[in-house]
Amino acid sequence: MSIRGTAFVAGAFEHPRREIPDRTIPQIHGEVAMGALADAGLTLADVDGYFCAGDAPGLGGMSMAEYLGLHVRHIDATETGGSSYVVHVGHAAQAIAAGKCSVALITLAGNPRSGGFEGGGRAFASAPEGGFETVWGPTIVANYALAAQRHMYEFGTTSAQLAEIKVAAAAHAQHNPNAMLPRPVTIEEVLESPMVADPLHRLDCCVITDGGGALVVVSPEVARDLDRSCVKVLGAGEAVKHTDNGRVDLTYTGAVWSGPRAFEEAGVTPGDIDYASIYDSFTITVLETIEDLGFCEKGKGGAFVADGGLQSPNGRLPFNTDGGGLCNNHPANRGGMTKVIEAVRQLRDEAHPAVQVPDCQLAVAHGTGGSLATRMGSATLVLGREDA
Amino acid sequence: MSSLPAPSPPVTLETQPFWDAAAAGRLVLPRCDACTTVIWYPRAFCPACGSTAVCWIDAAGTGTVYSCTVVRKGQGAYREAAPYVVAYVELDEGPRMMTNVVGCDPDAVSIGMRVEVTFDATDKGTALPRFRPVGS
Repeated sequence: MSIRGTAFVAGAFEHPRREIPDRTIPQIHGEVAMGALADAGLTLADVDGYFCAGDAPGLGGMSMAEYLGLHVRHIDATETGGSSYVVHVGHAAQAIAAGKCSVALITLAGNPRSGGFEGGGRAFASAPEGGFETVWGPTIVANYALAAQRHMYEFGTTSAQLAEIKVAAAAHAQHNPNAMLPRPVTIEEVLESPMVADPLHRLDCCVITDGGGALVVVSPEVARDLDRSCVKVLGAGEAVKHTDNGRVDLTYTGAVWSGPRAFEEAGVTPGDIDYASIYDSFTITVLETIEDLGFCEKGKGGAFVADGGLQSPNGRLPFNTDGGGLCNNHPANRGGMTKVIEAVRQLRDEAHPAVQVPDCQLAVAHGTGGSLATRMGSATLVLGREDA
Repeated sequence: MSSLPAPSPPVTLETQPFWDAAAAGRLVLPRCDACTTVIWYPRAFCPACGSTAVCWIDAAGTGTVYSCTVVRKGQGAYREAAPYVVAYVELDEGPRMMTNVVGCDPDAVSIGMRVEVTFDATDKGTALPRFRPVGS
């Protein structure tokens, strides 16, 4: 069964704040849920499917359904880290296609900026791999740095090329009044920022923000009756990549599997895509993902992103026009939600005019969860305009 | 002994033989009796064939740096330890294991470097296998 055209994103909402010390996490879930429903022109009573991930407190979907007053006939708490919400859109489309629900609400919220970074230490302690990684002091940045080092070694990728990714995100963020880091930066500024774990500098890393977001995914019948322009779900792919019994290859990501699955279902190729939201926890995340999705040949990502290749509207592949996780927002340390939201804005012609891709017909939203190339969720969505 | 912190690992029923051997200065690896695959990370299950007949073999204790990074800002037990090297070392038996490379200037560690195992005792009677440049 294909999900092509079986579901539409009718509502999308990104919490406008980046530091929210005066709200609980359930409160933020509530605010973004109401924001996305209002955007769609629907109410809580219309929701019959609910999706959330590891950021949802208590018993996850059950606790949040109770808090929000939802009465659902379908629930899905798939947890693949920051990619979860991209997965959820695909799962919502499947559930809608199967008749299990017709209005699916997806929420994300968290407060790592004001509430302390949740590194997941408790969960990792009982993970089977825990004793064979954490004892050697790998920080999150170090895990991504290991991938970057190997990519540089095999393909000659440079720090200046990685910096181009941050420069593009920052160029976009200057037009986003809510962005955490709205100031444009230069390649030199990235390279001169303090090294965190070689070869990643501070400006190769995403922001840490409070906040959240929500999406409403609906059936074609519901979409037809809404005043709002909706975005069509054309294809979805997901994958889990892991260390593969100690034979890990750090130079590629799960996007090598999730990407082709999504493109095939949508019946399009990477060359057809007008805009891409690419998960950008770190600059290297973007570089490897772009290659793996097929936007360029493996190992050629450095040249692809150089010379403003990712800058909207004139670059080879306009990306993350909200400023991405690198500059705008990385709520709850989980950036998949905002990736979908900006893709929806682009397909509705609602991105900032300075970064809106003209006649944007097809977009990709890609999520990465966990740790790049080692133990990661990967989710790719192909989205189109309502009439796609 | 290196000067890095040596946090004690969580030891489980599945991993106790690994850590017991490390405490005795031996690097051992699980190997599947059914299909001979060398397993990493250690577990009592072969992810190549599903067999639970897993034995332990002595590793050569040598390998090659597959990737490495100098951590400039540590966390937790490593908060004061930076700069230090986190690496994947490809063991001569095949698996790539995360570890630290010690015994030299962190900036001198590079991909392709040959390394050999060394052990740092923890305060709970176990020991962490780390690697140093061969012959250092």
